[in-house]
Amino acid sequence: MNEFALQCPAPAAPDRVQLAHGGGGRLTAQLIERVFLPAFANPALRVLHDGAVLETPGARLAFTTDSFVVSPLEFPGGNIGHLAVCGTVNDLAMCGARPLWLSAGFILEEGLPFDVLERVVASMRDAAREAGVAIVTGDTKVVDHGKGDGMFINTAGIGTVVAPTAISPRAVQEGDVVLVSGDLGCHGIAVLSVREGLEFEAPVESDVAPLWPAVEALLGAGVEIHCLRDLTRGGLATALNEIATASGLGITIEESAVPHAPSVRAACELLGLDPLYLANEGRFAAFLPECDLERALATLRACAVSQGAVAIGRVSGASARVDLRTVIGSLRVLDLLSGEQLPRIC
Amino acid sequence: MCLAVPGRLVEILPDENPTLRRGSVDFAGIRKEICLAFTPEAEVGQYVLVHVGFALSVIGEDEANRVVRLLNQAGDWE
Amino acid sequence: MKFVDEYRDAHGVAELSGEIRALVTRPWKLMEICGGQTHNLLRYGIPELLPPEISLIHGPGCPVCVTAPELIGKAVEIARRPEVIFASFGDMLRVPGPLGSLLAAKAEGADVRIVYSPLDAVNLAHRHPRREVVFFGVGFETTAPATAMAVWQAEREGLANFSLLAAHVLVPPALEAILGSPRRAVDGILAAGHVCAVMGFGEYEGLAARHRTPIVVTGFEPIDLLEGIRLLVAQLEQGRAEVENSYSRAVHRDGNLEAQRMLHEVFTAGPREWRGIGSISDSGLHLRARYQEFDAERRFPLPAVAHAPTDLGCLAGEILQGIRKPRECPLFGQGCTPDAPIGAPMVSSEGACAAYFRYDRRSV
Repeated sequence: MNEFALQCPAPAAPDRVQLAHGGGGRLTAQLIERVFLPAFANPALRVLHDGAVLETPGARLAFTTDSFVVSPLEFPGGNIGHLAVCGTVNDLAMCGARPLWLSAGFILEEGLPFDVLERVVASMRDAAREAGVAIVTGDTKVVDHGKGDGMFINTAGIGTVVAPTAISPRAVQEGDVVLVSGDLGCHGIAVLSVREGLEFEAPVESDVAPLWPAVEALLGAGVEIHCLRDLTRGGLATALNEIATASGLGITIEESAVPHAPSVRAACELLGLDPLYLANEGRFAAFLPECDLERALATLRACAVSQGAVAIGRVSGASARVDLRTVIGSLRVLDLLSGEQLPRIC
Repeated sequence: MCLAVPGRLVEILPDENPTLRRGSVDFAGIRKEICLAFTPEAEVGQYVLVHVGFALSVIGEDEANRVVRLLNQAGDWE
Repeated sequence: MKFVDEYRDAHGVAELSGEIRALVTRPWKLMEICGGQTHNLLRYGIPELLPPEISLIHGPGCPVCVTAPELIGKAVEIARRPEVIFASFGDMLRVPGPLGSLLAAKAEGADVRIVYSPLDAVNLAHRHPRREVVFFGVGFETTAPATAMAVWQAEREGLANFSLLAAHVLVPPALEAILGSPRRAVDGILAAGHVCAVMGFGEYEGLAARHRTPIVVTGFEPIDLLEGIRLLVAQLEQGRAEVENSYSRAVHRDGNLEAQRMLHEVFTAGPREWRGIGSISDSGLHLRARYQEFDAERRFPLPAVAHAPTDLGCLAGEILQGIRKPRECPLFGQGCTPDAPIGAPMVSSEGACAAYFRYDRRSV
């Protein structure tokens, strides 16, 4: 009694896929390195960008795919259909590509109400129209009741690369500035606010939106873009870590410069979440030379989807790490998460 | 441990069960229904410290400002 | 946010860290009890703002980390039952036990749900009358009254499909064990402000006197933490060993009497196993006889989950007592990471090792 003894559990053997392998954090990165990259090895994949850029006779194409799983299917400001179109369109835009065509694959759970499906499909139609893409091919499968959270959607997209230079983490240079296209975390909080058991009233709607208009404007203004990344699952912190790793360069950001709506910040305080890891579906980060910063900000702020654009940090050194200058002026590492952020009481 | 967050009590909710007094608390725009059973003294407009859906104490505004005020006097900053 | 943002002011922080530098003349080891404080100390990079004489020791203040693996095993077994909706705070889901974590059980089909409040679990029981809703009650004295209220309400309403798996722990017995240990490494204590908001700090006066150790009741924001450290260093430098309250905006000497009344109505103290530490007498809260029908361990009798303690070189026990720092452990960042934790302090993000891993890896 009252004697301190050592009692540690044996480590869990990671011999099965865990939820965190799909969470976009460290385990996802390990899964890609361990399983997918060696098996599919090719130069286009090795870039590890949001989409592959492919040279074909007469054209440079961008090609990407994404699967969408969200609970609940409908949330303030959108539904899984908006996500499925915007997510893939945005991955193309992040390659500097004008989105042209999409495919849509549906995995429906037996018993899904038709009115939900119809609302989701109508949202896909509207989002595709807004983004200027056509959904040109598709597939439907139905799984047994209990085997698929209502519905899953996969979309793949093809676009033509418009950017004059390669946009990729490898193009990032020391001295580049980092900017974000608007306030962060609204999508993540909008979805959480309607989860059973957590419900709270929040004046927050998902930021889901096609980002191509903002990217097109930057390119039209002649801004030299080195890298773009949409800040989806895992949020800003995860995206910056991926870019730091892929580029081998260090990134330092100012916590006080990162924009969040007050209610997003408050929801994070209440649930013990870090807003830098919250998902966004209509926000991106851009890396560009400092001489282009003012022009880039002015251009972005003229677009509805990126009117909240601000600079948040810069690239320095070869640490391949992300550092955060905190609101109180100290410096700390901004790391990858081990999995999805869970609300905490501690 | 023990994440607790200050929010402003904006409304005391009518409840047939007086031991489970409830109120609506505002956290910079986020509204959450909070149990006030442990803070019967809490009044609308006051800030309460909320943990797992319960108000644990009413924030003393005078005490709250003390540290900040002392620092304000010590340094030349606003 | 009011009462939050003003305590994160860079100028105030600089002011306080200057005052601490001016006060300190020799090395002091200060322990914060609370995992939430550990989290914020590292999240805000506060150690780098302190003079080198001061080292912070991260105590066993994370109720999630110290929950015994056996109990997590029971939780997983109960959660796997088809009739059960298992409700838990999010922190607890990733913590591994002998049968894996609750998150893994959820992936295998168990109905595990994250709730914000124990009352949300009571509501789940109302909404799903044909299911058994089991709430995993973890936390210190801060959280226990809320759990007590949920049980009390279930009893009043005759809510037969609600029960509690109780894992609540108490701070003073653990503090007594740390300060009374012959290998004690701690000079002063930052007491957990939110525990004291409920329990007050009268209990700490005896502890401070008996162990000749200053204790400062401390809040959670950067300025709160630095003010607590400043008061503690001042006491140590002057040779005092008193209890001071630097979190008076939320804490009164007697605490919250209503919350204490509810806690004592439903719970009684008894022995509890702490992960990484061992059994500490009177450190756990158990349901009183009157409420035993709500005890999930009675409702779902289980064989004791076999648990073979494995000494893999993990220094959890010594880290939780402040005898060692996380980086001194041979497994830190090697065999033991937040993705595959071995010791209690790596388990939740508030654990000392996990917090170091995330926020203080600049030399790794």
